[in-house]
Amino acid sequence: MIEMMCEQCQERPAAVHLKNVVNGKTTEVHLCEVCAQDKGEAFMNDDGAFSFNHLLAGLLNVSPVMKQNQPTQNRRGTVECSGCQMTFDQFLKIGKFGCPKCYESFRDQLPPILKRLHSGNTVHQGKLPERQGGTIHMKRKVSDLRVELKSLIEQEEFEQAATIRDQIRSLEKEIDSERGGADES
Amino acid sequence: MSLKRFLNQAVSSWMNEDGPASEIVLSTRIRLARNHNQYAFPTVFTKEEAEQTAQAMRAAVEQAGYPLEELKMNELQGLEKRVLVEKHLISPNLAEDTGSSSVWLSDQEDISLMVNEEDHLRIQCLFPGLQLKEALRKALEIDDAIEQHFDYAFDENFGYLTTCPTNVGTGLRASVMMHLPGLMMTHQMNRIIPAIGQFGLVARGIYGEGSEALGNIFQISNQTTLGKSEEDITEDLLHVVDQIIAQEKAAREALVKSSGIQLEDRVFRSYGTLRYSRVIESKEAAKCLSDVRLGIDLGFIENVSRSILNELMILTQPGFLQQYAGGFLRPVERDIRRASLIRERLEMDVSKDKGGSDL
Repeated sequence: MIEMMCEQCQERPAAVHLKNVVNGKTTEVHLCEVCAQDKGEAFMNDDGAFSFNHLLAGLLNVSPVMKQNQPTQNRRGTVECSGCQMTFDQFLKIGKFGCPKCYESFRDQLPPILKRLHSGNTVHQGKLPERQGGTIHMKRKVSDLRVELKSLIEQEEFEQAATIRDQIRSLEKEIDSERGGADES
Repeated sequence: MSLKRFLNQAVSSWMNEDGPASEIVLSTRIRLARNHNQYAFPTVFTKEEAEQTAQAMRAAVEQAGYPLEELKMNELQGLEKRVLVEKHLISPNLAEDTGSSSVWLSDQEDISLMVNEEDHLRIQCLFPGLQLKEALRKALEIDDAIEQHFDYAFDENFGYLTTCPTNVGTGLRASVMMHLPGLMMTHQMNRIIPAIGQFGLVARGIYGEGSEALGNIFQISNQTTLGKSEEDITEDLLHVVDQIIAQEKAAREALVKSSGIQLEDRVFRSYGTLRYSRVIESKEAAKCLSDVRLGIDLGFIENVSRSILNELMILTQPGFLQQYAGGFLRPVERDIRRASLIRERLEMDVSKDKGGSDL
């Protein structure tokens, strides 16, 4: 009989087997007693079931095999939020952010995680806050107008294209002046 | 308290009104997750910060001008909270909190704002039947009104910032509650559930534990919240829901055609169980309610209201049964209570129909 090894340490035989079914897809985790103990309650919630957050944390985390081979792992762990001091490693462990500033602090680390969670997407395309949206509204408008401008030029509608171009310029000017005026926001 | 009065208080409008496609879609829910940009998320915030968030929220809701009433979690009894959870007006998480969390409810209970749950604010709109666009419009309108007085945590790239990265971007969870006995009886759900996953959607049973779906009731909702507009998310969900409705209808038709009499037999046996049983567990009650509801939809049963499934799935849960009984009930007592509540509720429809009682 071939003995299954622990996914975490790759040293001891796996003694704890966890299975979870999401959308008909089964994910399995196999750990030895020592590693399972290490994770402790992390694997079990009150009902003795796999909790969503820990599953999520597992999803966010790099696989154990990669971790072993990558010396940069420690450096990643030291990234810390300027607002609540949560480290990136802590975030990975609990699967939740500590404060809005975490997003800014972990900006470079987040895209691969967001990609995995949101079908490959990393950039917000939805609603903007009406009052606070400020220049973002204008920036969106500019990029919409650029698309329009391009198609007008392709259709050789130069007169209309010129109007659109002027609109873009005036919006850009406005964005620049807002930016200069409101540094602290 | 009479059952009628209890029902009046217990049943929200989205539970017993008929909405579009209500022969299959029981209700629609839109949820928006929002946070304040100055305070830490509920994961790590201090008691003071929690209180400050609640205060800021209170000011914003009051100025937004919606007639909502605030219920503070630390002022509610355990049973009261349980009932709110069973009505889907608050989450089990919120109910557990004894700090500064609260819920703001509209009179009709179609709007609920949860404060200091996983996020500082969760705006929730519940509509009967399939009304994704309408519910989204309402939620976005409330969102705008609150934003006038509350500084949201927002990032140009990441959108609305949320405690959990699974909600970031739009913070939108759109879900549709569907009754799918036809697809269950024809064993098609096993095929449909994984297929739905490929569209960034998920289907899960909302009653019962694990993967079982008590009462053949499934909730279909979006998983992806980032990189799509709110309208596209609801549009994509609607598209899939429309297809499931079509398949459920086809399955029901096929069942009637191939085994009409067996189906009718099953419906009336379940009806008999609900009308006359004296002790009933929630699992059996859910199965029978689903059968009876299907019987009403197919025209086998005429004198029972369609809202029976939606209403009784909620009202026969432990919290409600105990509230109706006016105190704690042991599991066996609950099963007895459940049977009598169902009998009484069905009796209301029968006596309305005949002008008298036959029990």
